Amino acid sequence: MERRRRQIRAFRKRRELMVVADRTDKIRGGDVLAFVTLRNERVRLPYFLRYYRDMGIKHFLIVDNGSDDGSDDYLASQPDVSLWWTGASYKRSGFGIDWMNWLLRKYGTGHWTLTVDPDEFFVYPFCDTRPINALTDWLDTYEIRSFPAMLLDMYPKGPVDQTPYVEGTNPFETACWFDSGNYMISKNSRLQNLWIQGGPRARVFFADRPEEAPSLNKIPLVRWERGHTFVSSTHMLLPRGLNAVYDEWGGEKASGCLLHAKFLSTLPQKVAEELERREHFANSREYKAYAEAMSEQPDLWCKWSEKYINWRQLEILGLMSKGNWA
Amino acid sequence: MSVGFIMMCHTAFDRAAQVARHWAEAGAPVVIHVDKRVSGHDYASFNRALADLENVSFSRRFKCEWGTWSLVQAAQAASEQMLERHAEVRHVYLASGSCLPLRPLKDLTDYLDARPYTDFIESVTTTEVDWTVGGIGMERFTLRFPFSWKKQRRLFDRYVDLQRRVGFKRSIPDGLVPHLGSQWWCLTRQTLSAILQDPDRRHYDSYFERVWIPDESYFQTLARLYATSIESRSLTLSKFDFQGKPHIFYDDHLQLLRRSDCFVARKIWPKAERLYATFLNTRTNTPKLAEPNPSKIDRLFHKAVERRIKGRPGLYMQSRFPRKDHENGKTSAPYSMFQGFSDLFENFDGWLSKNVGARVHGHLFGPERAEFAGGETMFNGCLSNNPTLRDYNPKAFLTNVIWNSRGERQCFMYSPRDTQQDIDWFTATDPNAQISVISGAWAVPLFRSNQNFAAIRREAARLQQVELHHLSILRSMYVKARVRIWTMAEFIENPMEPLQTIIDEISPRATRRLTEVPQMVDLTGFGQFLQNLKNQGMQPRLMGDFPVGDDPNPQQKRRGRPYLVK
Repeated sequence: MERRRRQIRAFRKRRELMVVADRTDKIRGGDVLAFVTLRNERVRLPYFLRYYRDMGIKHFLIVDNGSDDGSDDYLASQPDVSLWWTGASYKRSGFGIDWMNWLLRKYGTGHWTLTVDPDEFFVYPFCDTRPINALTDWLDTYEIRSFPAMLLDMYPKGPVDQTPYVEGTNPFETACWFDSGNYMISKNSRLQNLWIQGGPRARVFFADRPEEAPSLNKIPLVRWERGHTFVSSTHMLLPRGLNAVYDEWGGEKASGCLLHAKFLSTLPQKVAEELERREHFANSREYKAYAEAMSEQPDLWCKWSEKYINWRQLEILGLMSKGNWA
Repeated sequence: MSVGFIMMCHTAFDRAAQVARHWAEAGAPVVIHVDKRVSGHDYASFNRALADLENVSFSRRFKCEWGTWSLVQAAQAASEQMLERHAEVRHVYLASGSCLPLRPLKDLTDYLDARPYTDFIESVTTTEVDWTVGGIGMERFTLRFPFSWKKQRRLFDRYVDLQRRVGFKRSIPDGLVPHLGSQWWCLTRQTLSAILQDPDRRHYDSYFERVWIPDESYFQTLARLYATSIESRSLTLSKFDFQGKPHIFYDDHLQLLRRSDCFVARKIWPKAERLYATFLNTRTNTPKLAEPNPSKIDRLFHKAVERRIKGRPGLYMQSRFPRKDHENGKTSAPYSMFQGFSDLFENFDGWLSKNVGARVHGHLFGPERAEFAGGETMFNGCLSNNPTLRDYNPKAFLTNVIWNSRGERQCFMYSPRDTQQDIDWFTATDPNAQISVISGAWAVPLFRSNQNFAAIRREAARLQQVELHHLSILRSMYVKARVRIWTMAEFIENPMEPLQTIIDEISPRATRRLTEVPQMVDLTGFGQFLQNLKNQGMQPRLMGDFPVGDDPNPQQKRRGRPYLVK
């Protein structure tokens, strides 16, 4: 039922999308595709595109939600980007998910699809030596249709705006710290997905109301079929079977991480802008919390913060797993 | 040249062609079988790619479905073609399109020339194998399997069930002893031709036609009839995981493969550019006579399967979230909970950390904050001491503490005063937990507090309820933890012995006996205090017997050298 409703919503919202650059005829069978919604992310885009091109993503399908910083022109000129523009409400499109569901259904069906935000960087086992097709081919042999990647908030040492982010550089050169072991998991019995909270945002911004702390569970990599739909951001999907990405009998399934480059020097400006727009989840409570805390120049870093090295480190720490992939 | 290759191909023809060319150019004849389901166009271009090589030929095509007789038919046809056309061949090597030679052909021919009458075929009796798909071992040979396991699983399972219940059994042809093994073999002309030219072949074939996965048993069984010297192992390095899927090799396995000294490996990821480039360039290797030694690779894959099935004990994460009681380790390491000790002794945690090699926390579940060792506000893994955050998911908090400090034993104080009693069942059923309780000791701080007696009485009743409940859990039949419970009266009569036992258990290798007793608080008047509680209508039940006036005398234990009961 809900799946049907979401599909109809996505179908209706398709009219909000205006084609800017349609290069979808370049998509070949077997290509892994990226789906992105963004607004005013110009400075991040060069590194973002490079990162995913190197990983083996063949085409980017991007919805620009009314950028006015040149993101649109930049993206429209990229040879492997198809761009749609919309001035409609982010909030009323289920925080972009209706648009994504529509594009996924239309262009993603039959492909492995990676749905990410421009500040999320996918890391999977062996990502330093094997392209993403190696992973998707492997998933295909096991008939696995979805692959989880927990959101891992990365932060710098000191106030976020201490070192300005320079276009084209790796954001994790400065925001290279993360929390390794303070995550809390419970199971959502309705959709069968895990609900993960914790990390620096829970401990610094939401310590006194942990139930409001942001969800960190994500399932960004999905072999898309017509009937699939994201329910709430990329946190969970329908049909429910796609959320069963974890083992319940003691074993470990393979999983990755989404390194989250939110805490960069670009954040204060973003917070101000988003508070103005009020287009984010739960009345933008997350952004309100940031704005309050941000005025005190908080340091997310503590002496137990872990410095990022590579995926193997994340696997040893137990944040992700190789499962039976060797 | 003494070896010829049969290649079974169904995808990635560019790679198969590369490998076929490699062998053919080195002088070994190659017969290729291509699945009949492959389109005419692909087949033709594959053909063309190898057209310049005289010693490469294509055999009659069969439609190959996994686990069916057609695979054996294809191998038979290709073998016949090989034996017929290439009289010089002494060993026939069955390979697949996703195989990759790891050593120069010369190495292999030298190896085989040194063993001219040996058949290399993994061939074991059904009772010896534990890797069979679907849990069907001997029954492969005695049941019928008309339904596809991959496409008609339900029918397959039901039909197997039905036959089991009815007691149906096919009879195995006389003289055959069913053997199973890897389908990638290397047989001598003698053995192979004996199998193919057997006067009873039609009889055997019609039997194996209805055996399940005959490509793992046909040659493996029949070779036993004719071979003079069977080496029951495959020359092809090919590993299967717990679901019967072959492990795949990628570029980053290069060094591992090179050091394995195996002749051929499968399955190679078709886009593993570096592997193909390296191993098909024979000049990189100098001939040697090493025995294949895949043990390192075995270990790697074994660990992968182990991780998938059992996982890391005590880890809760996005792709491992075990159901209750299926955790395979509720926590990752042993830890100790001390209830009542910090009430009865002054500075118990300080004393304990001096006597055991462990991290000793205060009350991790204390109502004001998580009292991490050393009064720290944060702990390993960026755990915060914020009580709201902790109480939001106390089980996660505890498992995180233990997981984050792997390699170092954790001890913490516990008390009915602590806010979290939700973890009581969890810890009681955790074999890693060592729980030591001095029951009733919670009354000591009340006894020493400066409060109105009515408030003390109320609090005492509450704490007693909480502890009674905890003790009932600790005495239930489901307990897996190492639990020790003393009443307070019992404990203070002779504290050294229980303390020594607990500490020996925490650090079993420390031979040192305790030399210093933790200092007990002054209990003068405690008996009277309990009597007052009773007089006020409360029944303190958990402390044991404290007669009024006969005060316990902890003073004697303050002597320089303690008195030890051995």
